[in-house]
Amino acid sequence: MSIDEGTARRVARLARIRVEETDLPALAQEFNAILGFIEQLGEVDVEGVEPMVSVTPMRLKRRDDVVTDGGQPQAVLSNAPDAREGFFAVPKVVE
Amino acid sequence: MLDLSYEAPAPKVIQGATGDWELVIGLEVHAQVASKAKVFSGASTQFGAEPNSNVSFVDAGMPGMLPVINEGCVAQTVRTGLGLKAAINLHSAFDRKNYFYPDQPAGYQISQLYHPLVGEGEVLVELGNGTARRVRIERIHLEQDAGKSIHDMDPTMSFVDLNRAGVALMEIVSRPDIRSPEEAAAYILKLRQIMRYLGTCDGDMQNGNLRADVNVSVCRPGDYEKYAESGDFSHLGTRCEIKNMNSTRFIQAAIEVEARRQIAILEDGGQIVQETRGFDPDKGETRSQRSKEEAHDYRYFPDPDLLPLEIEQAWVDDIASALPELPDAKKARLMEAFGLSDYDAGVLTAEVENAAYFEQVVSGGTKRDGKTAANWVINELFGRLKRDGDKAITESPVSPDQLGGIVELIGKGDISGKIAKDLFEIVYTEGGDPAQIVEERGMRQVTDTGAIETAVDEVIAANPAQVEKAKQNPKLAGWFVGQVMKATGGKANPAAVNQIVSAKLGL
Repeated sequence: MSIDEGTARRVARLARIRVEETDLPALAQEFNAILGFIEQLGEVDVEGVEPMVSVTPMRLKRRDDVVTDGGQPQAVLSNAPDAREGFFAVPKVVE
Repeated sequence: MLDLSYEAPAPKVIQGATGDWELVIGLEVHAQVASKAKVFSGASTQFGAEPNSNVSFVDAGMPGMLPVINEGCVAQTVRTGLGLKAAINLHSAFDRKNYFYPDQPAGYQISQLYHPLVGEGEVLVELGNGTARRVRIERIHLEQDAGKSIHDMDPTMSFVDLNRAGVALMEIVSRPDIRSPEEAAAYILKLRQIMRYLGTCDGDMQNGNLRADVNVSVCRPGDYEKYAESGDFSHLGTRCEIKNMNSTRFIQAAIEVEARRQIAILEDGGQIVQETRGFDPDKGETRSQRSKEEAHDYRYFPDPDLLPLEIEQAWVDDIASALPELPDAKKARLMEAFGLSDYDAGVLTAEVENAAYFEQVVSGGTKRDGKTAANWVINELFGRLKRDGDKAITESPVSPDQLGGIVELIGKGDISGKIAKDLFEIVYTEGGDPAQIVEERGMRQVTDTGAIETAVDEVIAANPAQVEKAKQNPKLAGWFVGQVMKATGGKANPAAVNQIVSAKLGL
């Protein structure tokens, strides 16, 4: 797989990261280097091998259906650039 | 099984300028899981709380916070799957669906794209007149709900409340088996009914408990059958998805206008573009939301914060063995055990609370006739509740035991149907034990023929002229019956009065 400038632009846009047009060729090249490195894994024969999801044999940790958290609106809002009447306030997003 | 007697309904046909068109519809229903805590945090799911008060740092997407799954939500989803006769996947896994939106603070929704918790199932959707559609379920996956954005509190800002962010949702995906707007509405209501019986979703559509995305396409008659036979989607038209509707009325309207829009394009020689659309109920039209799609390249990948969800068959079996009786089975049983009509059994089982009320009315006591009880619940009680500010059955001033008592008094012949209505009104407004009220207020039906005979004799003795007329015209016997009923305060058994009057007058 090869990443061109258009794909690099799209990826940056989806991640909401501003990349100047002049920087796109270098970014695309960087992506390609990373993908090329990872593609080496394709050389390994994994026929019949289950995907490994964890290096330790663990079961997914569960919680009971009990309320143990919440009731801290001030703390939740404390990092917000703008908050009013208990809500996060953000630039209008309605279409 | 009862459902063998149903026939598949005919699909809706829309006449176009170039011939007939049929509709093909598939639904993605988002049902909020009934749980105390959210699916990956310990914050409450309580609706209507102060803004941002039911929010943990996990729900707020704070860095470093890790999700821990609520086993109760997993059990509810499994329960729903079992209720829809679906396969339960002992191995499932969570994926991240990435998109930016202010009410989605983590920048992704935890969902299950590749390995859903529940696989294929089916639901029987009754449509009246002995018809029913069997709708296949493709999958149910467990995911997080987003928060809520409020756009009308400020001219330049949107306000965000994260109380709903992280509440568990079941996304129930159907196959394209639905063939008319009415079927789509009936399908959602059937899912709602089943989930309310199971206690897995409150099904409160106004509060957004239950929402649906609707996929609509159109095809020519015969094409759908080709698809059904081969499973080849190329026989069907290109579909459009109408997003996020929480009213069955709007869903039906949206399907209708979307189908007509597609037909107009096709008949004009155009092509349908697969896209996401929104329904505007004020204008009665669907509009493209392609701008949103541009941003919605979700880049799903397995969530590295969560190991796969492994559940044990024994655990699933435990849940299965504790499932309550479901609507179809309950309806069949009420028809069989009490001789109720299809219609009455349908009304009584429509809401789980109605069925519970009816079953308590007929349980206990003696001579509580099922048909009489059904009639009293459906006609008298429902009618009275409706007149009383549309009260819910759970707020009924007459308890099932009280109504059962009234039905019992009718069954024993202690009171007539007419007196029973008076008694019902007394119990409704004043409360009390029906049997005791009947005794205290002397409402018992007189079946003692001696007492009735005396009353008839008195009326005859007092009205010699009428007696002569009645002998000429037997129809006038009714007048004597009326007089006797009046004299006994309506408590005489009408059948007995009729008989005695006829005999005494020699008719």
